[in-house]
Amino acid sequence: MQVAMSVNGEERGAEVEPRLLLVHYLRDVLGLTGTHWGCDTSNCGTCVVLMDGEPVKSCTLLAATAAGHEITTVEGMERDGVLDPVQQGFHEEHGLQCGFCTPGMMLTARALLDRNANPTDHEIRTAISGQICRCTGYATIVRSIRWAAEHANEGARA
Amino acid sequence: MQVPSPFEYERATSVEHALELLARLGPDARLLAGGHSLLPMMKLRLASPEYLIDIDPLAGELGYVREQDGEVRIGAMTRHRELLESELLARRVAIFTDAERVIADPVVRNRGTIGGALCQADPAEDLSAVCAAADARVVVRGRDGERVLDMRAFHRGAYETAVEDGEMVTEIRVPLHPGAGSAYEKVERRVGDWAVVAAGAAVRLSDGTIEHAAIALAAVGGDVTSPAAAEALAGRPPSEELFAEAAGIAAAGCSPVTDQRGSAEYKRHVAAELTLRALRRATARALREES
Repeated sequence: MQVAMSVNGEERGAEVEPRLLLVHYLRDVLGLTGTHWGCDTSNCGTCVVLMDGEPVKSCTLLAATAAGHEITTVEGMERDGVLDPVQQGFHEEHGLQCGFCTPGMMLTARALLDRNANPTDHEIRTAISGQICRCTGYATIVRSIRWAAEHANEGARA
Repeated sequence: MQVPSPFEYERATSVEHALELLARLGPDARLLAGGHSLLPMMKLRLASPEYLIDIDPLAGELGYVREQDGEVRIGAMTRHRELLESELLARRVAIFTDAERVIADPVVRNRGTIGGALCQADPAEDLSAVCAAADARVVVRGRDGERVLDMRAFHRGAYETAVEDGEMVTEIRVPLHPGAGSAYEKVERRVGDWAVVAAGAAVRLSDGTIEHAAIALAAVGGDVTSPAAAEALAGRPPSEELFAEAAGIAAAGCSPVTDQRGSAEYKRHVAAELTLRALRRATARALREES
């Protein structure tokens, strides 16, 4: 079947099997491997992308369902060579070690800050509670998101 | 890599369209709502429907929480997150808000729906217990019309509901009463895991006595509700002793099994404690509502 959706602001379409999951559509069909593929059971959250601005687990969503929606992946966070403040925050506050959970963490953080510009640490922890960092760097991830909230308008050169 | 078996995909654009597709494609068709129960089952090949009817486009038509005719009416495609954020539910039927805080995780709650959860009828699923405690009724629609079922008729046990081939759940109706309060308590091993045990309670107070009560448990097998515990509460003034008595009845009547989440004995103990806590909070809320 033919699916088409906006991915990072660009209309992308392909002929796919109906059973193709969004994570594999992004990685294998479109070559956007920034979206990671982890537990495959909607537990770990590394496959999180934004659908119409809200985080969803792309291992538990058909590409066919996502058709017609707007998808944002980690590749879409940087704009014109300027990192999203969330990305800059992860850089400033050492929000990653191995980096496997990072794309999902950053996209969930982006969606949180879009709804709540100044979240408490508790709200940050709740927002990322469906995502697992096994390094385990939750304290620095929370600090990174806080940094982004405090520097909302300070993009950095990539 | 977990991949579902191949299936034919259809996308319904309205409830009527979904019912027409169900009628045309027959019993090998399944509705896909939020997908967070059915897709994992399909990836594990525990379910292999021949046809999938995606009702994601019905999120608008069946996505609402509103007060009407003395009830809260909830569209079947209302997502967990919308239930959690509903001010109406938080104010009038707080058992939903309590449960939604601890159902899955925030990202899963962005997709999962109340209709999908009730139809999956997982034995550890929370909303079946919530709806049973809240005396909710479920609207099941087919091409020939609607049936409105209480939870006792709707929920037939693990993974089994009264929804027949060619039918779909469209709405959940939760009655509103003055002097009513409700609460939900759950123990889980970590965020996103199924309940070890969960308990919901709803009480209605009138002139200092419990006019009506309902208790429902999740993840402890068998019957979701505990009519015997509800009966013990009815007509008596609320007290800590009475709550403990009812909690004991509810725990004695459930059938937990020993598994990786704990022994049957532990779960029965937790069931009693959570029922007690739910009754306390439900009653406190009812008293606030009354005054």
